[in-house]
Amino acid sequence: MSVSEGTAAEQARFQAMIDAEQRVEPRDWMPEKYRRSLVRQISQHAHSEVVGMLPEGNWVTRAPSLRRKVALLAKIQDEGGHGLYLYSAAETLGVSRADLVDQLLDGSAKYSSIFNYPTLTWADIGVIGWLVDGAAIVNQVALCRCSYGPYARAMELICKEESFHQRQGYELVMALAQGTPEQIRMAQDAVNRWWWPTLMMFGPSDKTSPNSAQSMAWKIKRRSNDDLRQHFIDMTVPQANYLGLTMPDPDLTFNEETGQYDFGEPDWDELRRVVSGNGPCNRERMAAKRKAHAEGAWVREAATAHAEKQRRRREAA
Amino acid sequence: MTDNARDWPLWEVFVRSRQGLAHKHVGSLHAADGEMAQQNARDVYTRRREGESIWVVLSSEIVASAPDDKGALFDPAEDKVYRHPTFYHVPDEVENL
Repeated sequence: MSVSEGTAAEQARFQAMIDAEQRVEPRDWMPEKYRRSLVRQISQHAHSEVVGMLPEGNWVTRAPSLRRKVALLAKIQDEGGHGLYLYSAAETLGVSRADLVDQLLDGSAKYSSIFNYPTLTWADIGVIGWLVDGAAIVNQVALCRCSYGPYARAMELICKEESFHQRQGYELVMALAQGTPEQIRMAQDAVNRWWWPTLMMFGPSDKTSPNSAQSMAWKIKRRSNDDLRQHFIDMTVPQANYLGLTMPDPDLTFNEETGQYDFGEPDWDELRRVVSGNGPCNRERMAAKRKAHAEGAWVREAATAHAEKQRRRREAA
Repeated sequence: MTDNARDWPLWEVFVRSRQGLAHKHVGSLHAADGEMAQQNARDVYTRRREGESIWVVLSSEIVASAPDDKGALFDPAEDKVYRHPTFYHVPDEVENL
């Protein structure tokens, strides 16, 4: 694997390949910045999947029925699997799993800001499936056409599995929204708390997004943050209308001319605060990941020792 | 591939989705040994009845062609249209050819 930016001719050939919609595969020549960009994006995505297991894990023992509990368990198991697909995709770019995990645990790598919000009630579990996974799917469907083959293939697999996450979430919220006045209040309260953080999942506005232009040129990203956010809002508001729930945005109105919803400005200071480590649950999430990693150390060591013992026995036989 | 001593070896996973089809590459994972690789592959790649047989192969055992050799290896097939049936002209009225 080359570790340089390459000659002008190499760069031009690479861009021509991208422009012709050809996929880049692991051992192809690529500019070092393209490789680094992808490692950053894919590993952040992987970290988000595994950290995303934590807010939902909070409700497994308190799911109100066996049906809801198996759905939640299956969903959390999927998130773990999605993390693994993505770590594997990142590793094809020449980084090691152990280093990526270190970067998560020492706080030098980021993960999606959304998982630094608390899951206060059972309704949050439904709203996470409906809104948070809904937003993730919009993002990920676009990434299925990413120029880097292994990332695009991981996205296809993830999108296929994730559509159940959104549907079970919507079904759960619907049960509450059609329930008692108290249940309806609970559902509305969860929507009120999750709506803005969900919109922030698409990242800063295109006007201020630092990495967007180059990522778009390299077709790592296929649609801009604002474009994806608008698409998500247009899909989701009618779903809320059906449930009789409202979004906490007084500026949210359907624009007859554009055929899209106009909406208010997300609180970008809040996004910056959460991304820089000061959201409601950042410290709790990191503490949980470090604890799990430390407490799992003996299991990893035992498995390594067992494999080594088996190998020696086979050799002796 | 970076060789990090802290990581378990990398395994490539191949799954046969149903009897009668070939095993197909589905992804990779880390495991201490083959048995663990099989168990993890089952959990990671066949949660929705995607398969009924799994192969795991150490990634380091795979011998792959280099991207730079693509031309030398595969270009010679480009101009050999005579290897395809449509290259040969036969009358339409002659059947079963």
